[in-house]
Amino acid sequence: MGAQSKHKIWMLKAAIHVICLGCIGWLYTAAAFDKLGADPVEYVIHYTGMGALHCLLLTLLVTPLAKGFKQAWLMQTRRLIGLYSFTFACLHILNFYFFELGQELSLFLSELIERPYITMGLGGFIILFLLAVTSPNIIKRRMKKRWQHLHNWVYLAAILIGVHFYWSVKSEIIEPTIYLLIIVVLLAFRRKKLLSFKRTKTSL
Amino acid sequence: VQRPLEYTKDTTNKEDLTPEAKVTSHNNFYEFGAQKHQPAELAQGFKVDPWQLTITGEVDAPLTLGYDELYSSFSLEERIYRLRCVEAWSMVVPWLGFPLASLIAKAKPNSKAKYVVFKTLYDPKQMPGQRNRRIGGGIDYPYVEGLTIAEAMNPLTLMSVGVYGKTLPPQNGAPIRLVVPWKYGFKSIKSVVSIELTEKQPKTTWNILAPHEYGFYANVNPNVDHPRWSQARERRITGGGLFSQKRIDTQLFNGYGEEVADLYTQLNLKKYY
Repeated sequence: MGAQSKHKIWMLKAAIHVICLGCIGWLYTAAAFDKLGADPVEYVIHYTGMGALHCLLLTLLVTPLAKGFKQAWLMQTRRLIGLYSFTFACLHILNFYFFELGQELSLFLSELIERPYITMGLGGFIILFLLAVTSPNIIKRRMKKRWQHLHNWVYLAAILIGVHFYWSVKSEIIEPTIYLLIIVVLLAFRRKKLLSFKRTKTSL
Repeated sequence: VQRPLEYTKDTTNKEDLTPEAKVTSHNNFYEFGAQKHQPAELAQGFKVDPWQLTITGEVDAPLTLGYDELYSSFSLEERIYRLRCVEAWSMVVPWLGFPLASLIAKAKPNSKAKYVVFKTLYDPKQMPGQRNRRIGGGIDYPYVEGLTIAEAMNPLTLMSVGVYGKTLPPQNGAPIRLVVPWKYGFKSIKSVVSIELTEKQPKTTWNILAPHEYGFYANVNPNVDHPRWSQARERRITGGGLFSQKRIDTQLFNGYGEEVADLYTQLNLKKYY
């Protein structure tokens, strides 16, 4: 890899850190000072949920972009965006636990099981968690082939999280429908790969 | 533009009021956008004068109130009520208005009057949510709500024309709206143009849209969950930011059981949610 690519990677990664950390810092500062409208609890929950979804969609966009425009260096930023998706997802759940449920653990656990849309989201989160903890290079090397098998589960995570969003709204289904369509398009880029899972019956 | 109203004060309230800026900026009024901050932005040009509110149906003396008559036909009183949204947040709001019972009595209901049906104005030119399904959250308009005649005649049931000492701002349902404090907020229909007394139970907006989630009665009840979330607790909207938000237990009939529980002694509240 040339010095020019390394420089571009460094710049893009720095920009990702600045944007994501900036958003998180702004969010909680504004929330603490009651600058997020009437219901700061709803705001921080929605904002971090959308942050996780947006980062996840971006990670799924990286490969088609890198291939389509022959910009292999872009692949070097995918893990970082994925880790920010996991970070936003963690904040999303912590917001729900601390501010929506008032730190009631038993209620938190029962909501995870009783509410289908939350169960869907939890499924997506568990996958993101597994991908995040296996993201360091050293673990990737040790897992060998199994690493790629595990990380293919990101496609299922995207579907679960899209459905989680769709099932969470009262009647305003247009926005989550658009996101589900985007997920379908992003998965369509991988149709060969996804179809090969079916043929070879390897786990996703 | 809101103007001040004359009214008798409510001296019974002991709870902290939700700040006026939050009462008037956090609204579910899908006619002006399905996001809660949208009505305060999209409803500002809403024209409420002239207005006509008609009371028709199973009544001997149907009547129409014009804009000025909304404020002059009855003496206005302040009622500080808890408002519990079905989405599990709540406010404490100082409404101004008059009992719905006074209005209905004026129209002289006959013996067939079993239900009261309310309709919001249908005016897609003024209401972007009625023009555009994306803005309007995908519900069918006009918005329709209903009560049993006994619920409508209960002294707590209010027709509100003001809030915080002034006429209602458009996002809160100007010029006149219903307030039923022991029921989830979606029952308290805004910008009402028609009140019709009927023999049959009406089909109401949210009940049509998702009957397993929103019942006709919609009484606040911590023991009957919404299928997608718990109704046992609620977030009281207050000032003070994220770290001073209060989460409190939801009370049966939103704490108004003393006044309304006798309406439902024969009703299975789990079945008729």
